[in-house]
Order: sequence, then C-alpha cells, then structure tokens
Amino acid sequence: MIRLERVSKRYPNGREALTNVSFFVDRGELLFITGRSGAGKSTLLKVIALLERPTRGTVTINGRNIGALGARHIPAFRRQLGMVFQDHKLLADRPVFDNVALPLVVAATPFKDIDKRVRAALDQVGLLGKERMLPLELSVGEQQRVGIARAVVGKPPLIVADEPTGNLDPDLALEVMRLFRRFSEVGVTVLVATHDVHIVREFGSREIVLTNGELTGGSADPLPSLVASR
Amino acid sequence: MLDSRQLQALLGALGRLARAPLATMFTLLVIGLALALPGALGLLVRNAEAVSGGIGRAVDMTVYLKNGVPLSRAQQLATAARSEPGVASVTVISAGEGLRQFRKYSGFGAALAALKSNPLPNVLRVVPRPRASGPLALEALRRTFAAWPEVDMVQLDTQWVMRFEAIVALVRRLVLLAAVLLGAGVLAVVGNTIRLEILNRSDEIEVTKLVGGSNAFVRRPFVYTGALYGLGGALLAWLILEGAVLALSGPAARLAELYGSGFVLQGLGGRELALLLGGGMALGWLGAWISAFRHLRSFEPRA
Repeated sequence: MIRLERVSKRYPNGREALTNVSFFVDRGELLFITGRSGAGKSTLLKVIALLERPTRGTVTINGRNIGALGARHIPAFRRQLGMVFQDHKLLADRPVFDNVALPLVVAATPFKDIDKRVRAALDQVGLLGKERMLPLELSVGEQQRVGIARAVVGKPPLIVADEPTGNLDPDLALEVMRLFRRFSEVGVTVLVATHDVHIVREFGSREIVLTNGELTGGSADPLPSLVASR
Repeated sequence: MLDSRQLQALLGALGRLARAPLATMFTLLVIGLALALPGALGLLVRNAEAVSGGIGRAVDMTVYLKNGVPLSRAQQLATAARSEPGVASVTVISAGEGLRQFRKYSGFGAALAALKSNPLPNVLRVVPRPRASGPLALEALRRTFAAWPEVDMVQLDTQWVMRFEAIVALVRRLVLLAAVLLGAGVLAVVGNTIRLEILNRSDEIEVTKLVGGSNAFVRRPFVYTGALYGLGGALLAWLILEGAVLALSGPAARLAELYGSGFVLQGLGGRELALLLGGGMALGWLGAWISAFRHLRSFEPRA
C-alpha cells in the first residue's frame, strides 16, 4: 500500500527532519509512528499526504510514485486520503454537517448523496444528531471525532492522523484509537503519529519509532503474525 | 450555464457581501466612482458630437456677390448653386433685404439712415447638406463658389469647426486614457479587497485544500466576489451618470433654447450601458482572478 524508500526531508532553513527513512505498510494495517516531539513524525505524515515533498527518496502509494504527481493532480490525490489533525482544523463558523460534508462538496458529490454519507460518517463516530451544532459547542473529544468523520466521509483507502489524541484525556484517547482500529478492520490503511506510548502498547499494533528523523525502532515491514491473523 | 457548485459559490459570494454591507458599499463606491469618471467623459464626447452634428445648420455659407451684380443675375447664380452637390438650399438675400435686416438687428438704424446709397451687395446664403458639413467638404464647397467670377468673397468659419472637432478628438483620447488608468485602478481595488478576503479566510482555504479542493474550486468564490464587485460598481457608476444627466438636463435645455437649438442632453445608450456593465464585471473578475492566483499559490506544498 505505502512504501517509503530512503526518504529524506530537509527544510529550507537547513533542518533535516527526515533522514533515509524506509518502511512498508500493508493494506488495512494500523501503524503507529512514535517518537518525541520534533522527531519527524509530522514531517513523515506530511510527506505521505503531499503537504511536503521529500528532498530525496521516493514515496509509493498503491504502486504510484507520488513524487511524480504534478500540482494539478494533488487535489485528486488528497481526496483519496483522509487526514486527521491534532487541532482538528474544523471551520469554527460552520456547523458540524458542513464541516464533515466539505470533502464531498469539493469532490462534486451529488447533493442527495451528501446528506446520506455525512450522516453515516457521523453515525460511525457516534455524533449523529449533532449536525447543526457549531464545533465550539462540542467537547474537545467530540470535535476530534468530527474531524475523524470528515476524514472518513469520502471513504478513502488511507487515513493519516497526526497526534489525534494529543489534547484528549486517556479515556477519550482510547476511544479515538478504537475508532481507527475499526476502520483498519474494514480494510482502510491507517497511519497514526503519536507520542502516547501507553496507548500503542495497549493496542499491540505495529509501531515504528523515529529519533531525530531516523528510523530507530519498531519494524519497517508488516509483522507476519498480524498479517496472517487477518 | 452554471452548474450547482458554481451556483453555490455565487450565492455564497453574494451572501458574504450582504453580511458586510458597509465594507461592501465602500468598495462599490470606489469602483463606481472610478468607472463613472471615464463614463462621464464619454458622455461629454457623445453630447459634443450631438452638438457638432447640429452645427451643420450653423455653418451656413455666406456668398457675397460683387457690387454691381444685379439681383436677376443673383437669382440665376442661386439656381446654379442649388445644383452643386452637397448643397441643401440656397436663399437669395437682396441688398435691400440685407440692409433692412442689418438696420433691425444691429442697432445702427439712425446711422444707416444717413447713407445715400445701399453699400451692401446681393448675397447668397448656402446651407450645406449635413453629409457635406465636415470641414473638408465645406472647404471644397467654399472654393467652388469662390471661383465664380461674380463672387466677391465666401465667408465660412471652418476654422472654429475644425478646432471644435480637434477638441472633441482630444477629449475622446482623454476618455481612452482615463478608462485605461481608472480600469487599472479598479483592478487594483478589487485585487486588494480580494487579497484581504483571502487572508481573512486563510483557515477555510487551507482546510479546503487539505480535503482535496482544487485551485479552481477554492478560487471560484473569490473570483465571483470580484465579478460582483465589478458589476455592482458599474451599476453604481450608471446611477451616478444618470443622476448627473438628470441634474444637468434642465440647465442644458435652457442653454439650448437660448441658442434656438433643439439639443437634448443624452444619457448612456444601450450599447454604452452594456459596455459599462460588462467592462466593470470583467475588470472585477480579472482583478480577483489575478489576486487569487497569486495568493493561493502560497498554499501549495513546497519541494
């Protein structure tokens, strides 16, 4: 599904955020990317989501080298990808429904389908009935789940989440991670960057560890046992 | 025409403008004034041309026959003059008639009464056809009559007609210049307004791009906003011009009346109105597009 080969990223200010990172993610896997703040987790996800381009190396998703994608094709690429952010990036002046519907609206989904699919996505994260509320009227955990509903509403084969539980207490964090696991169980590949090692231990999913931009721990290839068990 | 997404963007743009009526009004006013100025100059030219079209009547040609050419000969010459191309009508003013008119209008009645004989010659008053009222045609006609042996002199003030036409040509050039400069001004005003709007809504743009919104999708509401600014400004300019015409038409009619002319101050015609509205909208659209194109690039991933 996703293959990184010797990917390096150096920012214009000279800081090298990633150095020679290589790993492979299978379809339907839930992969945790851990490491301290500033270890390169966010940069890694940005490179995969084409928010940044790597300085060296190649990123292949579904057999396609995304480094070769021109600017014109980036929007279509992003519609195949659900992104979840620590600050959830919701539009504060729009109700929950509009926030979740945005990926469908930009993809020119017919209006009659939008309603159905937004409700289905909100149902999956347990927020059905809160469509008309504004994000700030919701709790932090609920806001994060709105962000997740927006990431999955377009039924993308890949979800990328950057510190999705960073602002949540342990119970809420666990709940959010369970949501991601459920998506991976239906075949969606999920990449979660987190510094919360307790949660990662509890889930027993595969983990890769970044230290100063280098892969220093975990396994760079899918665990045979996990793949076989599915 | 518009698909549902474009319609949505258009309605969204309208709603956004309506929600900030004061700011919208000020922007429209600036654009409206910028468009009204070349529009006003254009109207000036249009009306000046209408006036100079009426000048055809004013540039009558006065053909003075030599003293001693009898009235009967004058009648023959008048007939000959009528058959010249470009001549609408010819009136013979006999020496006696001329003296009578002069006495009546000049106020020298008493002094003239002292004259023993009539010093005035017989005169032909030639009215050119409107088609032949251009300075060149008038000059050609003047030469024709001046060449006749019985003619003493032909009086025709082509000079001021030419000067007037030169002034109109100058003002017309001025209109073009003003239109170009103020058009650039409208571009800048709309472009800057849209730039601020983009900065205000950068969160929304970022999120929209993150979920896969294309540049065209993100740009659309801004471009529509710009086009609406342009169209609204043009409508305002139209109102300003109509108001100005309305305010000036009374005094203009009075002036025309004093000159014995049926001149009526003209407002914008259908074509000019279409040009104003279409041009305003196009300028707004272009200004917004340029601004959006420039500023939305900063949301692209960097290498």
